[in-house]
Amino acid sequence: MKRRLILLVPLLGFLVLSIFLYRGLSLDPAQRDSALLARDFPAFEASTLEDPERRVDRSLLEGQVTLVNVWGEWCPTCKQEMPQLLDLAERGIRLVGIDYKDTREQGLEFLEEFGNPFEVNIFDPEGELGFELGVYGAPETFLVDRDGIIRYHHTGYITPQDVREVILPEVQKWQ
Amino acid sequence: MLIQMIPEIGHFALILALLMALVQALMPLAGAATRRPLWMAYARPMAAGQFGFVLLAFLCLSASYLLDDFSVANVANNSNSLLPWYYKVSAVWGNHEGSMLLWILMLAGWSFAVACFSRDLPEAMLARVLGIMGLISIGFLAFILITSNPFERLLPNVPGDGADLNPLLQDFGLIIHPPTLYMGYVGFSVVFAFAIAALLGGRLDAAWTRWARPWTNIAWAFLTVGIALGSWWAYYELGWGGWWFWDPVENASLLPWLAGTALIHSLAVTEKRGAFKSWTVLLAISTFSLSLLGTFLVRSGVLTSVHAFANDPSRGFFILMLLGVTVGLSLLVFALRAPRVSHAVGFNWLSRDALLLINNILLIIMTVTVLLGTVYPLLLDALGMGKISVGPPYFNALFVPLTVVLCLFMGLGPVSRWKRMATGELWRRLALAGLAALVIGILAPLLYGGEWNLWVSLGLVSALWLVLPILRDLYDKSRKTGLRRLSLAYWGMVLGHLGVAVTIVGVAVVSNYSVERNVRLAPGDSVQVAGYEFAMTDLQARRGPNFLADTATFEVRREGATRSFTMAPEKRLYLARGMPMTQVALRPGLFRDLYVAMGEDLEDGSWAIRIQYKPFVRWLWLGGLLMAAGGVLAVADRRYRRRRATAPAGKEALA
Amino acid sequence: MAVMRFLALGLALLLGGGLAWAGAIETREFDDPVLEQRYHSLTASLRCPLCQNQAIDDSDAPVSADMRERVYRLLLDGRADIEILNHMTERFGDYVLYNPRLEGRTYLLWGLPVALLGVGGLLVVLVVRARRNASAQRLSAAERERLDALINRERSQ
Repeated sequence: MKRRLILLVPLLGFLVLSIFLYRGLSLDPAQRDSALLARDFPAFEASTLEDPERRVDRSLLEGQVTLVNVWGEWCPTCKQEMPQLLDLAERGIRLVGIDYKDTREQGLEFLEEFGNPFEVNIFDPEGELGFELGVYGAPETFLVDRDGIIRYHHTGYITPQDVREVILPEVQKWQ
Repeated sequence: MLIQMIPEIGHFALILALLMALVQALMPLAGAATRRPLWMAYARPMAAGQFGFVLLAFLCLSASYLLDDFSVANVANNSNSLLPWYYKVSAVWGNHEGSMLLWILMLAGWSFAVACFSRDLPEAMLARVLGIMGLISIGFLAFILITSNPFERLLPNVPGDGADLNPLLQDFGLIIHPPTLYMGYVGFSVVFAFAIAALLGGRLDAAWTRWARPWTNIAWAFLTVGIALGSWWAYYELGWGGWWFWDPVENASLLPWLAGTALIHSLAVTEKRGAFKSWTVLLAISTFSLSLLGTFLVRSGVLTSVHAFANDPSRGFFILMLLGVTVGLSLLVFALRAPRVSHAVGFNWLSRDALLLINNILLIIMTVTVLLGTVYPLLLDALGMGKISVGPPYFNALFVPLTVVLCLFMGLGPVSRWKRMATGELWRRLALAGLAALVIGILAPLLYGGEWNLWVSLGLVSALWLVLPILRDLYDKSRKTGLRRLSLAYWGMVLGHLGVAVTIVGVAVVSNYSVERNVRLAPGDSVQVAGYEFAMTDLQARRGPNFLADTATFEVRREGATRSFTMAPEKRLYLARGMPMTQVALRPGLFRDLYVAMGEDLEDGSWAIRIQYKPFVRWLWLGGLLMAAGGVLAVADRRYRRRRATAPAGKEALA
Repeated sequence: MAVMRFLALGLALLLGGGLAWAGAIETREFDDPVLEQRYHSLTASLRCPLCQNQAIDDSDAPVSADMRERVYRLLLDGRADIEILNHMTERFGDYVLYNPRLEGRTYLLWGLPVALLGVGGLLVVLVVRARRNASAQRLSAAERERLDALINRERSQ
């Protein structure tokens, strides 16, 4: 009898593995949390896209809940995302852009063409700030609370559904 | 008219094949359970019929490709009218649906082969084996028909031309690599079916192993060659000289290979000594289960792999169900029916039995390690413990020492005897070989590389430790009995172990003595790498059939030599997909490869060029071929060709 | 399955994954061969966060180029390997480490193979002991001799 039980071990092992594999089917291996969650927005000093003379730093993001959106003129998805960002801005949410790996000229052209939901845009031509944020592709969006701490991170395209079901509730939560 | 219906004929053939598989599975199994010869007699013709219809379906899909029938979605997505005809054929298995069809064709082919070549099997045994293979066929035929129909039409909007085959797949290696690999994966279904049949029929004797061994070794040989081909292809096609990446897909092929290697050794013990029966059966089940698991991992998208398919959750779910039912049921049968009492076969510390036991345990630990590393990110993710990666550093850190330990015992294997042997005898036979392995292995890096290198020494000592005792054994045998009297099985073992040694030498040397230089070169420049002078003489743009290319020409000369040769790497842009590709220039040799790849145009007339010197890289794959040859040779032995259904009872009784 | 492996590539390109092979040939100069060695081993053990499953040293993704550049700069800066790895995980998460750290959640990953080795060793000892006794009890000296003769004959065939 004891021997029979030992013979059941492979079956049990397989069943446990199967449960994990089943769970795995509904997980997205590409979906990852940012390493910066619950941490301070990284310190930086940069000029703005709109005005090369104006220098901004971390303090720009303190005092108010802000959505920081990383975009670039070269990024097709960023264009598709603009209507949702404009919608969010209309709802009174503060948006700050990071023009990532772009030229000033192209960045300004982009805003001209697709609208500008951003209060201000941080100009990041070399992607230095993007690197500090762990950005690996645009668009990416960070929610920063009034203390300048990153509270939520969205990778890739924000759909209208995401706006309703994810972004707005998150903003409310940290308001 | 008939030509336009080819896809429908193929689809219909698949449905008929499914029906035949149903009969092939149910009638013989029921017949074997109720002892009705008539029902059992369904097995052979149904296996043949199923194979015939799957083959017809496969030919129909191939015809659709060759005829550029872009109304078939599969053809439109993976072919193009400009594609050469041989790539149109290989494009059939260059996608999920078509490769699944190839998988099924191989499965039906193996069933058919069993039906043809097992005339000496007892009727009930054959009925069970083919019945079980029929059950597997049912699962996969249902899978392809329900979730992955390769004959789906794009009507009425037929595209004018196809999207083309991925340029990476337009290559000779990719014509032969998948069929070989699949022959291996699917081939293990035979020994799996034999194992289940033995459990159901309660017959697990030496005759059983004698039937199962040839099928196992041949499947294993295919898998070995398939893996070697994949590695070779990655080496020359991906453009940076890597040959093993520990990617989940590679691991998926390594898992059944490791378990299969354990199995062919364990089968030897079971045949010769009647020992480890339950264990052998469990290994047979595990090996095929790991093949299926690999299919799931690759096609379900649960793991992030370079090679994963475009995924569809319903497919993943279906394969998981298939996997669960097949593996779960077979392990249940195992738990319920595995032999109650094993023969208490006696053996001593120093015996081939004990060494093979150690071999099996080590191979299983390696299998578990690879499996663990492969699925661990998934396990953590499923438990909500974050995302981590497990990559080459992890696998190398564990796999290399395990291999060295394995070699330590493996060297003793061929010279050992069953049951027990005297310490003095072993010492006498191995002392010299061991000493020689140590001295040569430790000194060789000093002489070759100029400084001592632990890893190279470990590799060389291991490899020599595999080879030298065999040479000593051959020498002894040649004096005692003469080499002619040695069996093919013995030569198979010698060749297989030699193959392992050759691969280990390749791994050790190429991993430690490769030279890589990334340089900026323009025509007229030259650079010295590893004793060769590479002079870039020309840079040309040219147009190929479906790509644009920049071709650099190098005159390469060994230092001090007068003769030079030409190497011409290319950077291609494939037009249909707008995909850049690097066409490597290779100068292969038994002891070193020269490898030149073009990187980026640096815009000032010069290019970033990667030049590599890869010593002994060919040994990696040469070893694989030797191993496979050994596996085949071992079962070409006389005793597997004897047409006898009964086991020689004498040996069993004695053991 | 291993073949169609590379099919995803087309898809990845569509998604802007930037998964191109064989690129990433950079003509970086090192004065110190040790530094060069460290550079290669670091870039081989960091995973590209954007790609499917590639180290940053063989991926063409822009973020991989940035990461390589950062590794290079930190090396020239005299940082230790562990500092450089931490620098990356602080920004991109533990995901980028191909060599997972030994910590609570990876004890099983690192420990199981070692534990299995112990269990395996124990198993060998137990099995051989049992088998040795089995043979000793069951065969007389004469029987054993006869058996050995038979086995040897079988072997030499």
